[in-house]
Amino acid sequence: MEDDAPVIYGLEFQARALTAQTAETDAIRFLVGTQSLKFDNQIHIIDFDDENNIINKNVLLHQAGEIWHIGASPADKAVLTTCYNKTSDSRVVSCAAVWRMPSDWETGSHESPDDTAHNPQILELLCHLDDSAHGNAACVLWEPMGDGKRVISLADNHALLWDLQESSTQATVSSTATLEGKGQLKFTSGKWSPHHNCSQLATANDTAIRGWDLRTMSQIYCIENAHGQLVHDCKVKFWDVRNVQEPVKTLEEHSHWLVNCKGGRGGGVHLLHLDLQNNHF
Amino acid sequence: MDGEADGTVGMSEDCGPGRRRRVHGMLKLYYGLNEEGKAAEEPESLDPCDINGPHFDPELYLNKLRRECSLAELMDQETCMVKQIRSLDSDMQTLVYENYNKFISATDTIRKMKNDFKKMEDEMDCLSANMAAITEFSASISGTLQDQHTQITKLSGVHTLLRKLQFLFELPARLNKCLELQAYAQAVSSHRRARCVLQQYSHLPSFKGIQDDCHAIMDKLAQELRQKFRDGGSSAKDLSECVELLLQLDEPAEELCDKFLSHARSRLESDLQGLEAEIRPYPSASAVKDASARRLSSTTGAGSLTNNSPKTNTLPSPTSNTDILEFIDRGCNEFVSSLCLVITSYQELFINHAQTGELASKNIPQMANAKLHVFVDDLAARYFSLVERRIQEEKGVGDNSLLVRALDRFHRRLQAVAKLLPGSTVPNKGTEIVIRAATERVKQYLSALQSFYMDSLTDVRQALATPRLSVAGASVAGGGSLLGGPASGRDAPTSLPELLSSLSASILNQIKSVLASVHLFTAKDITFSNKPYFKGEFCSQGVRESLVVSFIKFVCQSSRQFCESAGDKGGSTPPALLLLLSRLCLDYETSTISYILTLTDEQFLVQVQGLIISQMLRKSVETRDWVNTIEPRNVRAVMKRVVEDTTSIDVQVGLLYEEGVRKAHSSDSSKRTFSVYSSSRQQARYAASYTPSAPMDTNLLSNIHKLFSERIDIFSSVEFNKVSVMTGIIKISLKTFLECVRLRTFGRYGLQQIQVDCHYLQMYLWRFVSDENLVHFLLDEIVGSSAHRCLDPAPMEQSVIEVICERG
Repeated sequence: MEDDAPVIYGLEFQARALTAQTAETDAIRFLVGTQSLKFDNQIHIIDFDDENNIINKNVLLHQAGEIWHIGASPADKAVLTTCYNKTSDSRVVSCAAVWRMPSDWETGSHESPDDTAHNPQILELLCHLDDSAHGNAACVLWEPMGDGKRVISLADNHALLWDLQESSTQATVSSTATLEGKGQLKFTSGKWSPHHNCSQLATANDTAIRGWDLRTMSQIYCIENAHGQLVHDCKVKFWDVRNVQEPVKTLEEHSHWLVNCKGGRGGGVHLLHLDLQNNHF
Repeated sequence: MDGEADGTVGMSEDCGPGRRRRVHGMLKLYYGLNEEGKAAEEPESLDPCDINGPHFDPELYLNKLRRECSLAELMDQETCMVKQIRSLDSDMQTLVYENYNKFISATDTIRKMKNDFKKMEDEMDCLSANMAAITEFSASISGTLQDQHTQITKLSGVHTLLRKLQFLFELPARLNKCLELQAYAQAVSSHRRARCVLQQYSHLPSFKGIQDDCHAIMDKLAQELRQKFRDGGSSAKDLSECVELLLQLDEPAEELCDKFLSHARSRLESDLQGLEAEIRPYPSASAVKDASARRLSSTTGAGSLTNNSPKTNTLPSPTSNTDILEFIDRGCNEFVSSLCLVITSYQELFINHAQTGELASKNIPQMANAKLHVFVDDLAARYFSLVERRIQEEKGVGDNSLLVRALDRFHRRLQAVAKLLPGSTVPNKGTEIVIRAATERVKQYLSALQSFYMDSLTDVRQALATPRLSVAGASVAGGGSLLGGPASGRDAPTSLPELLSSLSASILNQIKSVLASVHLFTAKDITFSNKPYFKGEFCSQGVRESLVVSFIKFVCQSSRQFCESAGDKGGSTPPALLLLLSRLCLDYETSTISYILTLTDEQFLVQVQGLIISQMLRKSVETRDWVNTIEPRNVRAVMKRVVEDTTSIDVQVGLLYEEGVRKAHSSDSSKRTFSVYSSSRQQARYAASYTPSAPMDTNLLSNIHKLFSERIDIFSSVEFNKVSVMTGIIKISLKTFLECVRLRTFGRYGLQQIQVDCHYLQMYLWRFVSDENLVHFLLDEIVGSSAHRCLDPAPMEQSVIEVICERG
């Protein structure tokens, strides 16, 4: 693998949302959500064949709006969540929803690969994760290693824990946590900790990182100024939640700004980043 | 007659030259002159008419003369020739005569020699006859004397034997007398002389008696010696004599070694205890006086090494009653010198002696040597621990020279031990102690430096905080203090450059003084400075690495802490301080050390300043509803604020940094830039985005555009000049603006507002940066991105934008 040239895949539109599909165990598969104000947005399903070092793609239509965040269910490989912007009546609203991929996307693509690009299949809406009281959704997090029944959405300064029922067609808020503080605080991103029996959540707002206990929905730690810049500072920092004073390690090799980082499970840490400048990853 | 004469002359002419030629040729042959050589010199000699040539033909010559010459000429020729012949004849006669004379005298000489030799031969015969007679006589004489000679030798042998016997018989008495007089040395030497003989003839009863007597006496003597040895009151010299005698009496050497060493140990330990007492603080002043008095006496006894100057200023401090030099002095004079004495006498006794004597066979030297090493190591370790304790008490940074001199003396004295005991580890350990002390001292200096640095930093912060530096104030104050001199300069708010220079000067002074005192360690007259450690490692490792570099590191670290805390507390540290620090670091970098670490510092400044502006921009972008904004009429106030802040930063940075280079401005930089900015390329891009039929073209165009435009590295390294710093700040600010824009969605008027704002920034920011194209490009990107994020991208007319901006 190390000797192989990097594989580059070009998207037609700009994209900001990327996730790995963990429920798919047979293939290395990523989901990418595009951002376009004028055209129907797409979800690209990208299979990486590491034996031949090539990429296979499929495209699904996401007509609801431009995708700012995407998450794949850890239990069902056909289910995913997106956060998207909807523009209506000269207003921009951020929403979150749970979707199901059409069951035959795989077979359809193999029969006529050229066709899919022009007549892509459409995602099936399972349910909205919207609560008008809690503002604009920034991202949706699946319970890691769970059964695909619990998600958390971050909306403005709230974190909402949802229970999905009836094959994910119904969602009810089971508990909420609110970020208190001076000014207009907003969650920008978050990550559900796979440790401690999945009872911890880490969120980011501005330059601070906060940890939350999901059982009590209260804050358990806070790292102020985890990163020195309001803008991204080309660094990847590793933190140990047991000692939040100092970063464990800081990577500074990236020449572009990173928008999102995902820590791998276990000992090895793998990083994937979306390169904003060139629509490559 | 004439005819005849003529004829004879003719004849002589005829044959004369021919004969002469032959004689001439023979002479030439005899003298080794060859014909060719002559021929080469005179090539015309081949001519048969040349009278001197080898091929002279008289007939031809005569004919030639007769043909060519007149009668008068012939006559002249004839007289000339006759004259020549005569002279040649007389020459020949003279030569012959001379040769004859010589021959006669040679014959005479030979005859004389013959007579002389005859006489000599007779004398020689006579001599040889005499010699034969002499030999005969001498043989007869030696024959007669032979008998008497043997008798004499026998008699002398008997005489010596008798004397020996007498000695033996007198031995017991003599030994007793020696014992009485305590002349042990004489007794032992006498006994040693007799011992072998007695041993040999012990089968004879009389000798046996003597031997027994001697044994008894010597036992007694040994007993007494041992007693004396055990008493221990005697001096080292007595003691060594004692041991020497005992050794000669065949006492077991190992036991003696042990005894000797334990005895020496007890004395050395008393020295050590004295030293230890010095370390412990003892309160009474009289004791101190007493100690110094003792020390004085001991030093005067020891020699001229000690210098009197330090003694005069040794005021006993409450913690340690003597200063370190005094202490070391005492240690050297008492402990080390007696240790040396012990070592020398021990070696003299057990090792050198044993090597020559019969003890060598018993491996005594090795054993003794091992014992000595153990002994010395043990004692030296105790001494070192004392010295180290004492050195550790030297906490004060004050006078380094005293410590250095003390260490020097300590080291020098140990060299003596090293010379005595070549294999010993003692000097190495001593050197280690010196090294440790030196590094300890260096550490102390470092911490002192650090605290000094922190103090001065607090001072600077206070100076910065009390009169909140406004840019104008700073510049006015700077000018004022320059002009007004001390009176106004004291009370007026100090300007940045002034603060900087005073801070750096004081820190530099401090470092210089510390380095000067550290330099004492490596002074030429200090013995241990010649050790390889002090020559190389100490300079590089000890001083440069651990003192200077770690100080610089500390400075950098603290600067960085300031930078990061600036991020934490939202600018609790004034950026001016950061600026000052960065300049300070730069000064050190250029003037004293080429240390790259400082580079990062500057970067932080830029990032922090950039952060402040970017925060402003970001808030302005994020808090606005860009979709439903109204048609732009003004440049937003935020942009004006940005420009103002940038200008003030520029002034502040300009106070401390040089201008730096920038690319040449295009002539229309100030006014017409925006036309460059919205060039045809830009128009094409907009035009493409209006037509929904060609969505790919938009991306394609912008991507191609990106490919060809220069990549901008936002956090690229910053150089130390004003333009570079400002460029860094502006780059960060604009990049933030761009990123924020990319996260928003715009309405038609939102886009137009961004256009207006960008044009405004364009008008004012270009002058701060090194390359105005950079600003063009970033602003270009901002407008492009907002157009891309716009629901209804309808750009504003260029002329309208310009009007708004000029009004604003």
